[in-house]
Amino acid sequence: MSRFAIETVGLNHHFGPQAVVKNLSLQVPRGSIYGFLGPNGAGKTTTIKILLNLLQSPADTVFIFGQELNHNRIACLEKMGSLVEQPAIYAHLSGKENLINRCILLGINKSKADEMLALVGLTEAATKKTGKYSLGMKQRLGIALALIADPELLLLDEPTNGLDPNGIIEIRNLMVELTSKHGKTILVSSHLLAEIERTATHVGIINKGEMLFQGTINELQDLSKPSIKIEVDDQAAAANILSSNGAEIINEKEGNIHITYTGKADMGKLNTLLVQNGVTVYSISTDRKDLENLFLDITSKN
Amino acid sequence: MRSFFISLQSEFYKSRKTLAFWAAIIVPVVICGLIAFGYYTSSEKILKYNYPGMMLWFQYSSAALGVMGMLILPFYVMFMAFSVNNIEHKNDTWKTLFSQPLNKFSIYSAKYFYALMLLFICTILFPLLTYVSGYLLQTLVPKYTFKDYDPAIILTRFYGKLFLASLGILSIQFVLSLIWSDFLKPMGIGFIGVIAGIITANVGWKHAYLIPYSAPTLALRAASGTKNARPEDLPIFTQEIGVSLACAAVLFVAGYFILSKRNIK
Ligand SMILES: Nc1ncnc2c1ncn2[C@@H]1O[C@H](COP(=O)(O)OP(=O)(O)O)[C@@H](O)[C@H]1O
Ligand SMILES: [Mg+2]
Repeated sequence: MSRFAIETVGLNHHFGPQAVVKNLSLQVPRGSIYGFLGPNGAGKTTTIKILLNLLQSPADTVFIFGQELNHNRIACLEKMGSLVEQPAIYAHLSGKENLINRCILLGINKSKADEMLALVGLTEAATKKTGKYSLGMKQRLGIALALIADPELLLLDEPTNGLDPNGIIEIRNLMVELTSKHGKTILVSSHLLAEIERTATHVGIINKGEMLFQGTINELQDLSKPSIKIEVDDQAAAANILSSNGAEIINEKEGNIHITYTGKADMGKLNTLLVQNGVTVYSISTDRKDLENLFLDITSKN
Repeated sequence: MRSFFISLQSEFYKSRKTLAFWAAIIVPVVICGLIAFGYYTSSEKILKYNYPGMMLWFQYSSAALGVMGMLILPFYVMFMAFSVNNIEHKNDTWKTLFSQPLNKFSIYSAKYFYALMLLFICTILFPLLTYVSGYLLQTLVPKYTFKDYDPAIILTRFYGKLFLASLGILSIQFVLSLIWSDFLKPMGIGFIGVIAGIITANVGWKHAYLIPYSAPTLALRAASGTKNARPEDLPIFTQEIGVSLACAAVLFVAGYFILSKRNIK
């Protein structure tokens, strides 16, 4: 059995002349919450549609739990629940009827419908026509529809779109619970890092169809090189001493000097040097670039 | 096979509250109801003609058959084929439908079969209601001669033929509505088709039978030409029916290939 819930091998996709997915090698480990990040138009939805076989892909490029997608379409789809872009809901039916319709299609017990309504907090709106639902309510129903078959793998395309802060937190907790308690795997796309930073175990960052980073959330954090901020009375003298002793100065202004962090011992040595040479050191602190900026950096390079 | 029945059940479930579904029932009820009402209120005028049983049945049923075959049936078929597909276009649900673990051909053929079933319901209600209302009129107006003739055979033959004649149109409209999400393209083409069909059939163009849209009119024309012959002998598998069935078969297959090769947006 493959160690990956989703694996793509050199996946490409074109819309006419436009290459939307370029040589994408997605690797979503089992049991992970994989944050699929990228700005609008990056190709996230397109990739998810390929994973669902809604868009054609060449043979031997997409594997779901180790099974080749094109040859095992139904077996693969049985393992996946999905919410793609705006939730697809029959507007003339009520929330409950939408769920019952899905129960019919999946051959599952209709009592599941009430259970799912309760799970996403729509019990009171169960009999209301979904055409009259707010965007957030539709999104909740979309999530209920994705979950109703209790799939091993969930593909959620920007699931928190239109949700209120409470709803966002609920979805986050739900995702954590599904992976930690029920061993599910979740691929969740977003254009905001902040949104998945706290829940994702793995991250893939895509821009213009290309994967720019893929790894664990810790690996992503390691990428943001920590730096040291030193606040001194005499900036010029301090900069001089630091650079002549091998420190890498990132920038300096208004009495603050940023240098690359190279280890505790080095930092202590530099501090002593500054003091011995008559520079007053007001403060020394580590300065970590936050992930949001890192994300912006990565996606704006191309 | 299981996929097919599941999909069919779902088609029924999700469209049971739509106009396309209810129209299949309401249209025959309203038309037959109006005609029966007319025969009841103006029974004296009709009784003056002293129609024998068969002739009375013939007059009575052609009233519905006439409007039905010429106009209402083609337009209902257009609207229904549009509606069955539009339920997915409108709600952007093609993508969910095709991401269920169900065979694509089953999903497609269930949808097609559902459209076929609605057409069948609509065309079977007409003869049934005509039959029942005829005997009801007989009890209300005892002087009528409905009791002298059993119209079961001619009614089945006429409406059976009409059903077969509509299959070509249904398939064309079904595929057009499958491809295009907007209302105007399939309706526009259908409208032109129906008008062209009626005209070519009525001017007696010898190749009119090749246009599936003229099939219902042609099928009925053969029916009204049987006044002297025995109406029970109405030939069913005529040229236009052949064209209609062939067209239905080809488009059913073509529709599936279009769908399976198409990327679902
Ligand atoms: N059906 C389509 N036809 C043509 N181009 C499309 C289609 N869908 C998406 N695109 C293009 O593909 C690119 C990626 O879109 P998408 O996958 O929706 O991005 P994301 O979900 O990351 O915002 C965009 O440039 C978009 O314009
Ligand atoms: Mg998107």
